[in-house]
Amino acid sequence: MPTYEELLQEAQSRLLELEGGGKPWIRVGAAVCGEAAGASETLEAIRAELDRRGIDANVSIVGCLGLCYAEPLVDVQKPGGARVFYRNVTPDKAAELVESCVAGDDLRPDMALAYTGRITLDGIPRLDDLPVWNRQVRIALRNCGHIDPLDIYQYIAQGGYAALDKAVNQMQPEDVLKEVQDSGLRGRGGAAFPTGTKWGFLARSPGPVKYILCNCEEGDPGAYNDKGILESDPHSLIEGTILAGYATGSSNGVVFIRHGHEGPIHRTERAIEQAYELGLLGDNILGSDFSFHVEVSLTGESYVAGEETALMESVEGNRAMPRARPPFPAQSGVWGLPSNINNIKSLAYVSEIVSRGGEWFAGIGTEGSKGTAILCLSGNIALPGMVEVPMGMTIREVIDEVVGGVPDGRKAKFLQTGGPLGGVLPADLLDVQLDFAAMAQAGAILGSGGIIVADDRACAVNMTRVLVAFCQYESCGKCFPCRLGMTNLIEIVERICHFESRPGDLELMRVVGQNMAAGSLCGHGQLGWNPVQSAIRYFQEDFTAHMEEGRCPTGQCLSPVFTPQRTRSRWTSAQPLELRF
Amino acid sequence: MASGDSLRERIDGALAGQSARTVTVLSSLLAIEDELGYIPPPAIEQVARHTGSTINDVWGVASFYTNFRFTPPGEHVVELCWGPTCHLLGAQQIIQAALQALGLSEEGDTSDGKISLKYNTCLGACSQGPVISVDHKVVGPQSLGITGGDAMSEHVAELVSRLRNGSS
Repeated sequence: MPTYEELLQEAQSRLLELEGGGKPWIRVGAAVCGEAAGASETLEAIRAELDRRGIDANVSIVGCLGLCYAEPLVDVQKPGGARVFYRNVTPDKAAELVESCVAGDDLRPDMALAYTGRITLDGIPRLDDLPVWNRQVRIALRNCGHIDPLDIYQYIAQGGYAALDKAVNQMQPEDVLKEVQDSGLRGRGGAAFPTGTKWGFLARSPGPVKYILCNCEEGDPGAYNDKGILESDPHSLIEGTILAGYATGSSNGVVFIRHGHEGPIHRTERAIEQAYELGLLGDNILGSDFSFHVEVSLTGESYVAGEETALMESVEGNRAMPRARPPFPAQSGVWGLPSNINNIKSLAYVSEIVSRGGEWFAGIGTEGSKGTAILCLSGNIALPGMVEVPMGMTIREVIDEVVGGVPDGRKAKFLQTGGPLGGVLPADLLDVQLDFAAMAQAGAILGSGGIIVADDRACAVNMTRVLVAFCQYESCGKCFPCRLGMTNLIEIVERICHFESRPGDLELMRVVGQNMAAGSLCGHGQLGWNPVQSAIRYFQEDFTAHMEEGRCPTGQCLSPVFTPQRTRSRWTSAQPLELRF
Repeated sequence: MASGDSLRERIDGALAGQSARTVTVLSSLLAIEDELGYIPPPAIEQVARHTGSTINDVWGVASFYTNFRFTPPGEHVVELCWGPTCHLLGAQQIIQAALQALGLSEEGDTSDGKISLKYNTCLGACSQGPVISVDHKVVGPQSLGITGGDAMSEHVAELVSRLRNGSS
């Protein structure tokens, strides 16, 4: 097997060939956001036009740069020239782009978004000067949109696997663990538990077989950053996982992805294969004594499968229902063996932390929340996309200054953060900092980083209905307070939407919610009341209008509403739920 | 019965050829769904035998995950996202338009077996919302040649009608 120096040399010579080999290099953003905008068709159209003209060019895909509003995003780099990004290159514009920018020498500033490179261009902004880019600090997303996720050498050429080489050949496992502890990194999946502490539990558990589980279930609507990382830079996750394995003395890694998301699944499987081929996975990694194996495990559609104990059930092939704790996963996890569950984003930071040191990472962000926040912004927003900004920035700064604010001169009414269980955050609390504690104090959670912006046309009651419907649909059914409570909540919220509420409905929901919080094994039931609670707390007037005045201020509840439910109780209409003591 | 035999063979092929390194009840069911698009009743027994578990256990897993279906899907599978982002951008109108165009009152299959319509809690392309998926490919307004979600419901109604009439 090659040494790291040999791999790096090979990677650099391949990159030199791509950049300076005398051929134009065309890259098409092809993560799910690009695909939804038609990237495959654009790629095909570009290839066809190059063929038709007999132009020899390097054409490859890249992942998601995060500027999803500009998808399909295509960039062209001619030998010795700048790398120019073109926005919204739909298939019908592909031929025009090839004609002007590849066959000809017109850089088409009218179609361009930005450029990178050492030379200076007129009429096109530098990527670093774009407001959507210049406030970002990209650590976990460092390679996203820049490298071909199917080519391990492009990852290595960016310094990839250097941290692994340093760790297994120059550092002791406890040194790696110490760097992660010093970094102050906290889990990015939602619970924000200190990663180093969690690893410390596993490191103390007896081996030799121990598991690192990488959680990319990512069922939170509004968040796609885990899948974005796997689609754009899967090796950053693989390297982070191996490092976690080294630091904790583990032997196996499992990347857990929801079935049906072909991009992340295929690219992760390919990345694992390549890492095995080059001796970066398997026995005696990079000539050291350390051996580690990684596989992909797919789960069916189930939101609760993202909960750590339910995830382990799913890996074992069972229904994804949470287990009681203790025993905690570090003692008895998947297959009864010591396990650690980490979010994809948390692991994607690790190689940079090992390379640059925990202290460097701890210098970014706030006192209690180190590093960056990886956010997916969607909804009523001018420039929806995936950004990475330092912790401590306020949500208002992110929305107004980074992603262009609310379009059409409208005002933000509320945000939905941290997945459906996070509830709603009113616009007058937008000055809250991206910080785990500050957000919790405001009654919201940063969660997995999804931020959905709703403008003043949105009805808070109607949004509550959708959030509760989601939670009802996705309750796994194990704990009856959650299973039945969610069904009760959706029935009540639905009748409020239909202006058929009963006196005492708010009180009834509170009682149901408190029972769910007290009697459920996992966060789904424990926090299931949160969407209703936060909406009532901040949008009392919307509820009053529906319940007492029989009107929906925005008109949203007047059109027919669909509420998908997993099970509908059969007695709903005949015998509506009432408060009985 | 020849067709029954060939179905069993395809199921066995899917079970033996599954890509998962660790074979479980769930991985086996997913492999069959990938191969056939649904879980036919005989597959339950075959999975039980293949994984050394009981028919009861296999039904338990198959009935839990919402992606499994037990009858053959329509020629085209259309999924409509109703997650919060798509909701804000017009998912309710899109669902209504698609149901109307297909003569359905809720998710399900058209009587001619052409289209299976399914709600989805999140297709994972929120920045392109509102999105739907057609035969497992995510489609947003941009790829339909429109900007924003307002015109999306008409386009989706047209798209599903076109798919149903066989000219995709």
